[in-house]
Amino acid sequence: MNKPATPNSFRTGPDEQGMFGIFGGRFVAETLMPLILDLEKNWNEVKNDPDFRAELTDLSTHYAGRPSKLYFAEGLTKHLGGAKVYFKREDLNHTGSHKINNCLGQILLAKRMGKKRIIAETGAGQHGVASATVAARFGFPCVVYMGATDVARQSPNVFRMKLLGAEVRPVTAGHGTLKDAMNEALRDWVTNVEDTYYLIGTAAGPHPYPELVRDFQSVIGTEARAQILEQEGRLPDTIIAAVGGGSNAIGMFHPFLDDKDVRIIGIEAGGRGLDGIEHCASMNAGSPGVLHGNRTYLLQNADGQIMDGHSISAGLDYPGVGPEHSWLRDSGRVEYVPILDDEALEAFKLTTRVEGIIPALESAHAIAHAVKIVPAMDKDQIVIVNLSGRGDKDVHTVASMLGMEI
Amino acid sequence: MATRIDRRMAKLRNEGRPALVTYFMGGDPDYATSLSIMKALPGAGSDVIELGMPFSDPMADGPAIQAAGLRALKGGQTLVKTLKMASDFRAGDDETPIVLMGYYNPIYIYGVDRFLKDAIASGIDGLIVVDLPPEMDEELCIPALKAGINFIRLATPTTDDKRLPKVLQNTSGFVYYVSMTGITGSALADTGKVATAVQRIKGHTNLPVCVGFGVKTAEQARVIGANADGVVVGTAIVNAVANVLGPKGEKTADPAEAVATLVSGLAQGVRSARLAAAE
Repeated sequence: MNKPATPNSFRTGPDEQGMFGIFGGRFVAETLMPLILDLEKNWNEVKNDPDFRAELTDLSTHYAGRPSKLYFAEGLTKHLGGAKVYFKREDLNHTGSHKINNCLGQILLAKRMGKKRIIAETGAGQHGVASATVAARFGFPCVVYMGATDVARQSPNVFRMKLLGAEVRPVTAGHGTLKDAMNEALRDWVTNVEDTYYLIGTAAGPHPYPELVRDFQSVIGTEARAQILEQEGRLPDTIIAAVGGGSNAIGMFHPFLDDKDVRIIGIEAGGRGLDGIEHCASMNAGSPGVLHGNRTYLLQNADGQIMDGHSISAGLDYPGVGPEHSWLRDSGRVEYVPILDDEALEAFKLTTRVEGIIPALESAHAIAHAVKIVPAMDKDQIVIVNLSGRGDKDVHTVASMLGMEI
Repeated sequence: MATRIDRRMAKLRNEGRPALVTYFMGGDPDYATSLSIMKALPGAGSDVIELGMPFSDPMADGPAIQAAGLRALKGGQTLVKTLKMASDFRAGDDETPIVLMGYYNPIYIYGVDRFLKDAIASGIDGLIVVDLPPEMDEELCIPALKAGINFIRLATPTTDDKRLPKVLQNTSGFVYYVSMTGITGSALADTGKVATAVQRIKGHTNLPVCVGFGVKTAEQARVIGANADGVVVGTAIVNAVANVLGPKGEKTADPAEAVATLVSGLAQGVRSARLAAAE
């Protein structure tokens, strides 16, 4: 790929057109264009507004439970026998993952814009639950689009959304996963332009979504950076996060991008291996293309048709990635490596056993990479893994992978 | 440089009737059948042909066109074949304008320069690319205009007077007014509102204004055509194909004939539009 020139700072994107180098942009139907421009205008008004920030901070603290802890994973560190491993405990947030950070920010934006109805797409159901949660808290009706395959494999989250008062609409198009749910959410939005706010769950989609989701999620990295300085007196050597659409990862990475000595690694879903099509490693095995409002790395065929990927983790089962990751990949600032289903499953079991923490399968991909690299590192080195969510939702999937019935 | 679209629209203006613009999905259900449908369109009364380029993720389309695209892809359709289809059609018809309609990614992957060169060689006159708003004009619109291909833009009910000039700026051939906010195949909007919107757009441009989304019957074509320079029908045609396909995709009747019957009726509708308006 064309390697962009190394910028003075990796933290200044996107530009005014919503581009991160060649990635990003606003590839949407004209019907949506005025809405996107209106969202951008409102976002620009609130992003530095102290009142908006104060309201968000208050909710983050008292409702979501921030700041999340930076935990020294002593059991895993001893087991691996190399660098010290820390977990950024996003699993301890209200609703059980990092998704609440973005949802609280966007629901306040929706409220300020006078919107009356919330729509969202979801893969694993974590974003759907977080959306349904903030919709309940602020009194919005909420419709969540979810692929029919995901509805089947994430039934506890479907039930939670319904309890919270959201309507879950299963999407049968395609393979019935996150990509199809996002298409259907966009179709809803194009139909209900007057009163509907589209609460996108990841740092992808048309500008300004990748920027605003990143900014709401950057609380993860901002806290982690301050916490490690407080606890260890220095920055980490390596930070690791799993990348589906990439919102937990960009939130973790962004505050560290200009810390040149911090190695940053994003983990893609390697599924059953990169040789075939049963994976979701768009940055390792895909090519740049245009889908869902932005240009980014995609899994696609030679005719530009988008492929359905595969991952054990519903949250990583998406054939694209947020555009800023694509740019960070090409610029060389962040390494992106795949982890296979089996490796993630082993890390899931290991973390459960040596730490007493059941991680989400998404986060287990990030831990699996730590398991690979930590033993070869020095004992005085530090690795932070973003534990983006808890794994309660995944116990059925894991049980069936292990041949058990529960 | 006048294109086939410009010439056809000028001719119809002189005749005092609106154009019937017909959309069908290239390669649905297979190449040969689809080409036979395309060849049947002008004789049945279609004035401008919109040739649909299938895409795996058509985010502005309703269930009918989504299904048609999937049938076409399953039948092996690619952008290469869609261009060949235009070229095969051109061998027997050098007058009827062809507009390619679809999404950007297959074109981007094909390569914009190569695509424009091959599109011109295949006798393509215009492009409608749903997910390229004026903000992204550098991608394809400007190169297409330079190459002599019309770039037809969608204007929608959300395109207000302030934004309209930006939308119209690099538009050529005609303006496609989307009658409502929503996906293809939804119910037709209030025709009075559509007429007002057409007048509003005409206040900003001399280009012909064609109206689509939701037009399914000859009567609707007649009513819309009373005020618009053209009427676009898509989902109804795609459904006419689907209706003669069995559960396994087998043909239960001739799709080209089914489409021709529908289009003949629609053509009568648009031909009586101005007579009705004059009454």
